Amino acid sequence: MSAVETMRRGEISVRGLAKSFTLNGQRLNVLRDLNLSVAPGESLAIVGPSGCGKTTLLRVLAGLELPDTGQVLIDGVPVRGLGRERAIIFQEPRLLPWLSVLGNVSFGLELRGVPQSQAQARARHYIRLVGLADFETAYPRQLSGGMAQRVGIARALTVQPEILLLDEPFGALDAMTKLTMQEELARIWREEALTMVLVTHDLEEAIFLADRVLVLQRENMGAPRLIDISIPRPRDRSSGDFVKMRRALMAEFGLH
Amino acid sequence: MTLQGLDPPFSRPVANPSGAVILRRGGLVARRFATRYGVLIGFLAFWQVAATLGWVNPAIFPPIDQIATALWGALADGSLTDDIAISLQRAGIAFVAAVGLGIPLGLLMGQIRVIERALDPILQLFRQTSALALYPVFILILGLGETSKVFVIFWATLFPILLATIGGVKEVDAKLIEMARSYGARQTTVFRRVILPASVPAIFVGLRLSATTSLLLLIAAEMIGANKGIGFQVMNAQYNFQIPLMFAAIFLLAMLGLAANAVLVALQNHLCRWSVASR
Repeated sequence: MSAVETMRRGEISVRGLAKSFTLNGQRLNVLRDLNLSVAPGESLAIVGPSGCGKTTLLRVLAGLELPDTGQVLIDGVPVRGLGRERAIIFQEPRLLPWLSVLGNVSFGLELRGVPQSQAQARARHYIRLVGLADFETAYPRQLSGGMAQRVGIARALTVQPEILLLDEPFGALDAMTKLTMQEELARIWREEALTMVLVTHDLEEAIFLADRVLVLQRENMGAPRLIDISIPRPRDRSSGDFVKMRRALMAEFGLH
Repeated sequence: MTLQGLDPPFSRPVANPSGAVILRRGGLVARRFATRYGVLIGFLAFWQVAATLGWVNPAIFPPIDQIATALWGALADGSLTDDIAISLQRAGIAFVAAVGLGIPLGLLMGQIRVIERALDPILQLFRQTSALALYPVFILILGLGETSKVFVIFWATLFPILLATIGGVKEVDAKLIEMARSYGARQTTVFRRVILPASVPAIFVGLRLSATTSLLLLIAAEMIGANKGIGFQVMNAQYNFQIPLMFAAIFLLAMLGLAANAVLVALQNHLCRWSVASR
């Protein structure tokens, strides 16, 4: 193992993971014996039909939910609940309406005991990174959906996690804003050298952002599959490789 | 590379008012005033005219100017000062006590399921029992003095603030709590940084309801068993057929209620600048 490899952290390894729910008296095995490893700095997208367990998998990785069996290791250490090396970006921005943009972005750091002035200094850096420098003092109700989601992203980046977990982060945004945000995220991921796990409904988003795509199926509909996306970055949505990959991925779901 | 925002930046038009603009603005202010207070002014004017022209019995509905004179006279010669002071004291002590107990208890009950489940039935029973029906009981226990009056007001004032606080805490968005937990917040931090600020608007709704209730109960308690206070003066003026003074005291009560509400609204707007609901 080289020095560079030991320096870079943010490795995820999932071993024999299973999780089931009971819904209306029926047992639903959403995840069964799942094995997966994500290299430091890798970007993994999880796609699949609703109810396939993709959000459950992300919540288990986050430590918000416990698996029935199996375990998740991060940098070789088993996960027990939430951890400082992970930050979660939810589908909704989940901003605190009584705090300004600056207050919201520094919130995560303040919770971790960083003095307010220091937290705000670092928050300002990430507010600039997501292009909201002029809106530091604005309150969440004054922001559009895309701006609010960017505040959420800045808040997650401010705690400088090794692993960024994203649960359909752009699902609620309009098509135009979504494209801009995907490009933003691709840039941030590259600059910050993060490990990224992204749950999405959007196959194009998965191909645009991920190094590998994990395709989950509903119970009894086949085993999970991993697909390499070896298109050079920055990626062009209209390039031949991209279109071919999208067609291949759609075929996974029986779409043509 | 930085992101070009798709949203237009905030812009404020440059103010450079000319004479015509000022006139137009003046007209706008006048119109806004008229739409807001027109009906109220019309009502008072109708009262004045109806009483002066004898459409209604002026012995029962004296003209507004007589009421105003009676009010001014009573305030100027200080004959109502003691009554105002004692009424404010009764309602004030009861309100402060109700808030002092209601908010902490409400926060506790909203947070801890077991306590809420255990206390809810008895609170519902107490709430549905009219405070005035219990007044004789309070008098038996606490005597005819100040304590029983303050207590009956306190009793009725407690429930709006308590229930509003419980409701506020329980309605805090679970997703915000989960977000805070995901950044490592423990129970006490979640409470201080998320639950408490999120409940403030609901608590203010309760405070305003409680303030109104405390004045309502104040009058009822003073009418039943007091020899001082604004409520007593309303009754007393009616017994002595000083009808303008009676209306003057009623008007004074209305003003007290409006003033209390205005103070709370101002405080709410200051504390909840972020909230759309408070604007």
